[in-house]
Amino acid sequence: MTDYILEMKGITKEFPGVKALDDVGFKVRQGEIHCLVGENGAGKSTLMKVLSGVYPFGTYRGEIVINGEIQQFRHISDSERQGIAIIYQELALFPELSIYENIFMGHEIMNGIVIDWNETILQASKVLERVGLELDPATKIKDLGVGQRQLVEIAKALSKDVHLLILDEPTAALNEDDSENLLNLLRELKEQGVTSIMISHKLKEVVSIADTITVLRDGKVVCSLDAQERQISEQEIIRHMVGREIENIYPKREGIEPGEVIFELKNWSVTDRTSRREILHSVNLQVRRGEIVALAGLMGAGRTELALSLFGNVSGYEITSGEMYLNGKQVQFKHPSEAIAQGMAYVTEDRKANGLILIQDVKFNVSLPALSKLARGLVVNEHEEIIMANEYRESLDIRTPSVQTMVGTLSGGNQQKTSLAKWLFAEPSLLILDEPTRGIDVGAKFEIYTLMNQLVEQGMSIIMISSELLEVLGMSDRLYIMSEGTITGELAVEDATEEKVMAMATKTGEGVAG
Amino acid sequence: MKTEPVNAVSQTDSLGTEVKALLLGNIRDYAMYIALVVIFVIFTIATKGLFLSSRNLINLVNQTGYVAVLAIGMTLILIIRQIDLSVGFVAGFLGAVSAILLMKGWNVWLVIPTVLLCGIVVGVYQGFLVTKIKVPAFVTTLAGMFIFRGLLSLVTAGTGTIIVRNRTFLQLSNGYIPDLSWGARFDFHLLTLLIGIFLVIATIYSQVRNRRTMQRYNFQTTSTVIFVTKLVSLSALIMGIIWIMASYRGLPWTAVIVAVVLVIYNFVLTKTRFGRHIYAIGGNTEAAELSGIKVDRVTLLVFASMGLLAALSGMLYTSRLASATPTAGVGFELDAIASSYIGGVSVSGGVGRVTNTIIGALVIMSLTNGMNLLGVDISFQYVVKGLIFILAVAFDVTTGNRR
Repeated sequence: MTDYILEMKGITKEFPGVKALDDVGFKVRQGEIHCLVGENGAGKSTLMKVLSGVYPFGTYRGEIVINGEIQQFRHISDSERQGIAIIYQELALFPELSIYENIFMGHEIMNGIVIDWNETILQASKVLERVGLELDPATKIKDLGVGQRQLVEIAKALSKDVHLLILDEPTAALNEDDSENLLNLLRELKEQGVTSIMISHKLKEVVSIADTITVLRDGKVVCSLDAQERQISEQEIIRHMVGREIENIYPKREGIEPGEVIFELKNWSVTDRTSRREILHSVNLQVRRGEIVALAGLMGAGRTELALSLFGNVSGYEITSGEMYLNGKQVQFKHPSEAIAQGMAYVTEDRKANGLILIQDVKFNVSLPALSKLARGLVVNEHEEIIMANEYRESLDIRTPSVQTMVGTLSGGNQQKTSLAKWLFAEPSLLILDEPTRGIDVGAKFEIYTLMNQLVEQGMSIIMISSELLEVLGMSDRLYIMSEGTITGELAVEDATEEKVMAMATKTGEGVAG
Repeated sequence: MKTEPVNAVSQTDSLGTEVKALLLGNIRDYAMYIALVVIFVIFTIATKGLFLSSRNLINLVNQTGYVAVLAIGMTLILIIRQIDLSVGFVAGFLGAVSAILLMKGWNVWLVIPTVLLCGIVVGVYQGFLVTKIKVPAFVTTLAGMFIFRGLLSLVTAGTGTIIVRNRTFLQLSNGYIPDLSWGARFDFHLLTLLIGIFLVIATIYSQVRNRRTMQRYNFQTTSTVIFVTKLVSLSALIMGIIWIMASYRGLPWTAVIVAVVLVIYNFVLTKTRFGRHIYAIGGNTEAAELSGIKVDRVTLLVFASMGLLAALSGMLYTSRLASATPTAGVGFELDAIASSYIGGVSVSGGVGRVTNTIIGALVIMSLTNGMNLLGVDISFQYVVKGLIFILAVAFDVTTGNRR
């Protein structure tokens, strides 16, 4: 019988109108990796916020026992003192500061009243070594990749002498290599006696790393599975998460033959004006009517930049060469409004940052790109707007109290559906989806895939940018693989395997034109 | 997260619960009205009723006028997350320009459009710097503050205060609408009263229509009792104000001008595509741009409109003082910004209504007016206004966070 480092008993946390946690019991053994899974809104993050003191003692019911002692955390600093560190999905680093300044931010090593920088740098190098990051500690955070930043966060936690590390979706923004690195690091830390709690949507990782898997649904613990006793399958976890079996994560599409080429890009090269660096090199690609074409690759391969440069080029890149053809005409867009008018739509990678207007309601967001369709002259017809928004609410099953509900209050999946509704209303012939299912739960993913299938069946064409290999292989007809701003390969989905795609996605320095 | 339907409130729960929910849900709006009432009550008592006299209320309207039009323009600027610090001196300078042109013998009907056009030019100049050259608005308009302050001193340097004698121009901030020819028989202003009755009917009509629409789409509406109470008090308020004016000398031209500006701007903001674009940019600039909104063009237009209203404000002020002075416009920008924020414009942009901004302007100007009546020292007035301003924003930020 192992000792429990943490026991949470009968935790109940209520928000006005919602019981976010309902009598949750959660136990973590000393030295294990404990994965917490569940659909969005199941209560995972709330539970971790209760644990870390973000929701102070007294705002919830139940008790927290750490190493046998009852704790009453009133502030995050209280839980830090007990050796608990949380690493959030949105990283909290200062991009303009160096690695060592970031690691010791808030608990600086002092020599009297001044900071002892020499000692700081020395300690920083030690802790960087522990997380396997071989970098100069003076490097600025803004020069690091997402994976490296994640490691800096962990280094920061380790520098505080942490016993219990909580990671909220640590691999959501990482490519497969970086994810694997991170998981290996967690295994090493486990050897060193650090206990970890990991929240994740990536079940493949969960089954590979977890010692125990706790599944939450609607604020209640469904079950705690011991993964050391027996191998747990992804299917089993999904069944517990959604309370029903999902036969196939990727719905089948009726065998429709893609039609004529509706979009073509020839020798598309783009330079970033500030850094004077060419970021896209002679990109060629074609999309047929009724086809889903995937753009696979690692984070930072230049796929989002490509989409932005096509879609009205708001980033102000310099397009140094190339031609774009849409529906048989050569086009060039100076502003997204021109791209929209010609039948192009772009669902952004980060719906909160640049996709939706969170403080406005559903109808406002849905009507925005094609307001002119609802307007007589300059005046918007609000009746038609409400009718239209309600149609999309029903057809896409956007779960919202009404179309005048603020988008920011909806769950991730429903926000993503709102994003899609907004662009479907603009009636595009070419829809670019940038990471269409990032950060949304299994059920909503399935609905979005089904919708994509319906759209191509109706003759729309889709370019899907995705870093999730299984999604790429499961959903596309054809895929291009990008690496460092160059298309390194094109495969029909029948010929594609994970290994082939990864090999092309990691190809560097070859075949770079111009 | 499960979202329980909140619509059911109106059918199932008791009136008391609804009133409570309504108050909590719109606490920001109600707080503003309550503040206004409190200010009125305090000053009425402190001045032994002088504050509430017809004469002083008309005075208050005329005083509020030039700040109100500035504040309406500022509301748009603040919604799209910009700022314009130059408006006070732009107003002062353009007010002086109008006085000079009148002094040179220009026709007043030529002076007014010319000065308004100058305002647009000033706005376009600042908007150009902000959108095309990408100089932050804070810096652009701070520089504008220097420039127009300098220009104001320059044009008034030779003459000092410029007296305005043109009767028509003076009417802008001192005159009243004419009465109907057969209205003179009554001892009140008949046309003013008729306008008031028309306003009440129009208000009731539009509110009822709006409510029907909401019900048709099953949106949350208040219960009939509350709705009727709201309509009755609104009508009483309008008629009360109208009665005070009608029993004095009628509706001041300033009130008419502000009302016209308010109606136009409210229509543009709430009903047109341009208005949607303004809220979209304020809510999330990047998302707006990627939704096909030409952010730069909208921003430029909003600055141009600010320039136009600054010109109007400057003329109203010049008319009110019957002269242009070298210190005209000092601190107007602060009153305008404070009015907008007190009126509920969000400090992070994307939220705000010009109708509420007018209430904000009334709060600010009632304070000024009341404290002037009491003979409070001007330095102390600034402190009080500053405190009310920061209180409103702090309140906004804390209640906004809970939402």
